[in-house]
Amino acid sequence: MATISEAKGLGAQCYHCGLPVPRGLQLAVAIDGAARVMCCAGCQAVAQTIADNGLTSYYRHRSALPLRDDIVPQTLRDLAAYDIPEVEGAAARDLGDQAREASLMLEGITCAACVWLIEQRIAGLPGVSEIEINYATHRALVRWDARITRLGAVLEAVAALGYRAYPYDRQRAEQGRRGERDRALWRLFVAGFGMMQVMMYLVPVYVTNGEMTPDVEQLMRIASLILTLPVVLYAAAPFFSGAWRDLRAGRAGMDVPVALGIGAAFAASVVATLTGSGDVYFDSVTMFVFLLLAARFFEMTARMKAATTQEELARQVPAVASRLVDWPLSEQTEMVAAGGLRSGDHVKVRPGAAVPADGVVVTGESELDERLLTGESRPRPKRGGDELIGGSFNLGSPLVMRITRVGADTVVAGILRLLDRAAAERPRIARSADRVARYFVLALCAIAAVVAVAWFQIDPARALWVTVAVLVVSCPCALSLATPAALAAATSALHAHGVLVTRGDAIENLARATHFVFDKTGTLTTGDMRLVGVIPLAPGRNQRTRDECLALAAALETGFTHPIARALAAAAPVFAQHGCAECKSVPGAGVEATLNGMRMRLGSPQFVAELGAYELPPDLAFVADDVTVVALGNEDGWIALFTFVDPLRAQARAVVGALAAMGRQVHMLSGDRPAIVAHVARELGIATYLGGAAPDEKLAYVQRLQEDGAVVAMIGDGVNDAAGLAAAHVSIAMGGGAAIACGNSDVVLLSGRLDAVLAAVRVSDATFRVVRQNLTWAFAYNLAAVPLAACGYVSPLLAGVGMASSSILVVANALRLLRHAPRPAAARLPLLAPAS
Amino acid sequence: MDIVYLLVPLSLVLAFLIGAVFWWALRGGQFDDLEGPAQRILMDEDGAADK
Repeated sequence: MATISEAKGLGAQCYHCGLPVPRGLQLAVAIDGAARVMCCAGCQAVAQTIADNGLTSYYRHRSALPLRDDIVPQTLRDLAAYDIPEVEGAAARDLGDQAREASLMLEGITCAACVWLIEQRIAGLPGVSEIEINYATHRALVRWDARITRLGAVLEAVAALGYRAYPYDRQRAEQGRRGERDRALWRLFVAGFGMMQVMMYLVPVYVTNGEMTPDVEQLMRIASLILTLPVVLYAAAPFFSGAWRDLRAGRAGMDVPVALGIGAAFAASVVATLTGSGDVYFDSVTMFVFLLLAARFFEMTARMKAATTQEELARQVPAVASRLVDWPLSEQTEMVAAGGLRSGDHVKVRPGAAVPADGVVVTGESELDERLLTGESRPRPKRGGDELIGGSFNLGSPLVMRITRVGADTVVAGILRLLDRAAAERPRIARSADRVARYFVLALCAIAAVVAVAWFQIDPARALWVTVAVLVVSCPCALSLATPAALAAATSALHAHGVLVTRGDAIENLARATHFVFDKTGTLTTGDMRLVGVIPLAPGRNQRTRDECLALAAALETGFTHPIARALAAAAPVFAQHGCAECKSVPGAGVEATLNGMRMRLGSPQFVAELGAYELPPDLAFVADDVTVVALGNEDGWIALFTFVDPLRAQARAVVGALAAMGRQVHMLSGDRPAIVAHVARELGIATYLGGAAPDEKLAYVQRLQEDGAVVAMIGDGVNDAAGLAAAHVSIAMGGGAAIACGNSDVVLLSGRLDAVLAAVRVSDATFRVVRQNLTWAFAYNLAAVPLAACGYVSPLLAGVGMASSSILVVANALRLLRHAPRPAAARLPLLAPAS
Repeated sequence: MDIVYLLVPLSLVLAFLIGAVFWWALRGGQFDDLEGPAQRILMDEDGAADK
């Protein structure tokens, strides 16, 4: 077999990775007796390791080139962290007698030869007792003796081959889920195998049509009975335990008719077999169990598919971090467990590494990929002072960051918590479907009883089987599955858009929403106020300079984070710092504080005027309509006016237009001056708006809409309009950390992009459509099937097929929603960047 | 027809045996990776063994 680099040409390419060899570079490794050129020191090191270990057969058998990894030496240093006992302890399981075991995730595997290479190398390490690599999942299971070697040594050996291995720390969750899947698969196998074998015994009985001697027929029946036993006792056990649980809780769940049907059919067949009279239906019982298990299996697969987003998210956060021990005195770093970081620590984040916890950039400038966290596919530029989210990837240059939040306080932990909450809540529509299903089951049991009595009069021999068919065909499984499957798929699709759904009801309410009420500041506009003018007002010698005015204003706003405070802090000169006491803020009006023994107010001109009961300054008349005016004054009179503008978001107009096109009414509320609000509304084409609204007025506005029968969705920044957001049917909060931390909005737009609202509305609409289709189908099916079965037209076998295929149809329809997720961005890491 | 009395029980035993073998294979991880082993046969381990 020709090796790939030979096939490609005359040695211009690196023998190891296939990239062109830079002119004049003389790096070579002797492989199988011939000198092979290498493109860089990294490849040389890897190839040398392979050759030294006698593993050159890798080059003969590989069918794809390895991924280039230019940071091997760096990786080696990171891996040493796994020698720290507490880090290793978190990643490994203790098997007793100093034996340890860990599951590893392998990166860079491109073909089966890679697997062989790694296995040979690791199995040859002293102390490693076993390594097993799964080519399909890129997972490895390693066992080693803790007295002889350490996990770090294993990872280093993998890295020396040019691959990356890291402990797979969600292994417990993974194992639990795989166990569940394996058990379901095994039950399915038992039922399917039993079903086919039972059929083998019963077909001769059907074919000979009574010509078989009774003793042989009896033999066939007993054989079928023996094969059906494991199907009923093991494969169908979940149905019986579910029904028992329901009955004990005094409920009638969907497992009850299923268990009744299986139990009755099996018991009657056993009696018929033992007494040697009457029909047996072992084939129907096994087939029914098989089909029902198949439907459940599909539903479970769908649920797991939806859960992978969560797992991917949790895996984003690295296990180790390089802490700067003595920052800013020295650049010396030490590897620590990410879980051991404290708020206030300084950490170095290298290119290609993930941010270990939430924090702010101290030095450095880079671009970060936050795709999994915010749905934003483009890398975001970050520089000194910007916030970093734990789990985002550094794509550019090294950064030094200060940790601000760790552990359960981080954004990732918050997202996971909210996702869990949404998953745990049964939304209203699912609850009402459950309630309907419960009554349905009761009604079904009553109908079955009536049918049994009626058929006992007509034809006692068929009574039991008709009753079983009624029980089986009309089991409301599809009714119960219709909604949860759709909601799980929708939550997953929305998360891919950067829309985090935190309440079970949110999707339903969003689909029903008729009125979309936007907050202006920070939602339709960027919320980043820009200071455009300072007008000093104090007369005569009290007149202060522009810088003095700014310094005073910034001092009053110290400790506040709203946009005006940020703009003032950015514009204020650093040198003038005043200490202020007795700060108190009046929402919607401004702040008041004592500064240098003088009571001062900063805020709306009316609010400031109330301090000294003086008149509004004449300058106010000359200020343009579309700017925000903030006044500063003390007990003696006015000091200055500040003017700000708040630019519109780029997508605002498109979003408002698209919502209107979908038949939704768009409203705008703002605490800003009515003139500015009117100006923005004109720009965006919003007909109904309210300016100068205090928080309680916003609340009243939302409640008034609701009294008129509107379903209100309120979109705000999640902090300033808490009351209005809480009152709305569905509240949507823009943007990141703060919104997640408060966690009281139903939907969070993680990307901070307004057009995510549109994606959310579209997916919600599609979800609701699917739910309606599913419910309609489930009801129509049951309404049609019950009378047919009651009249004796449906055999138990056909009933099983009908019920199970109805369930599968519903789940498959729900899975269509996953297609609404945007396509994932191409490569996350620039792994193939050429060496310097 | 007496042979049926032997063959039917025998087929039952076989069915349970097949089930048991499949269970053992599933537990042993035989179905975890369906792709890797097919390629593994190509690889020669002699060179690495004497290391």
